Amino acid sequence: MTSTEPQSDEDLVELAKSGDDTAFPELVKRYSRRILRVARNITNHEEDSEDVLQETFMKAYTHLDGFQGNSKFYTWLVRIAMNESLMKLRKRKTGKLVSLDEELNTGEDTMVREIAVWEGNPEDTYSQEELREILDKTIASLPEGFRTVFMLRDVEELSTEETAEALELSIPAVKSRLLRARLQLREKLTRLFKSKGENTFAYL
Amino acid sequence: MPTCKDFLRELSDYLDSALDPATKKELDKHVEECPNCWVVLDTTQKTVKIYKGCEPQAVPAALEDKLMTALKAKMAEKKCGSS
Ligand SMILES: [Zn+2]
Repeated sequence: MTSTEPQSDEDLVELAKSGDDTAFPELVKRYSRRILRVARNITNHEEDSEDVLQETFMKAYTHLDGFQGNSKFYTWLVRIAMNESLMKLRKRKTGKLVSLDEELNTGEDTMVREIAVWEGNPEDTYSQEELREILDKTIASLPEGFRTVFMLRDVEELSTEETAEALELSIPAVKSRLLRARLQLREKLTRLFKSKGENTFAYL
Repeated sequence: MPTCKDFLRELSDYLDSALDPATKKELDKHVEECPNCWVVLDTTQKTVKIYKGCEPQAVPAALEDKLMTALKAKMAEKKCGSS
């Protein structure tokens, strides 16, 4: 019996819990791309991100019975992926340990130097691959504490509260990091996308 | 009256429509009159939008196969263990 109606995540989770072998692979298909993107953007490491992808879904499957449905399935899943990614990052970082606060306090708080409108729409100017490469490189250059918040809030569209919970941060901390992440990305993208010939003038 | 600095500080909440109506109104007015802040608002908005709109890349076939194989083994294991 096949149904053409797409099933909700919640239905698939219930089916998987009750032993349906097709339900969980369906959830994997639904979200593997997004989980891999989170892993890539947080670890900045191809091999690590592949491990994170696999470990995330394996952990989710193992702990599926513990998932109570208090949050959305995807929110729960992306939290697992974020934890796995951060663990990978920590492992690679040992040796050149920089405290997060130190990392976040360098540079100006709200850095705005490039004030220029963008030349047209980058989505029309660049191919999807080119644009993706630009966006990935740009996000990779942010400090970890900004990358994580930006990925969860703006790319994966978790709420401020969900992001705070996932990263064990206070709500004001999430908000302040999000602002600075957005401004830093804006700054970097503006350097690439600004209208040619436009002068940069100082922000007062 | 809010300054440019005030505007920047509230920019995120402004974009997320998370401000109280009075503050929003003041900032609306500021951005109308201040070309710098207008540009920063516009380009920040575009920055967020371009990230949101970018489709994630497909998972490479070999990686997906590996994941599915591992998962199948796990599912078989779970079944044996629980029954
Ligand atoms: Zn201003």
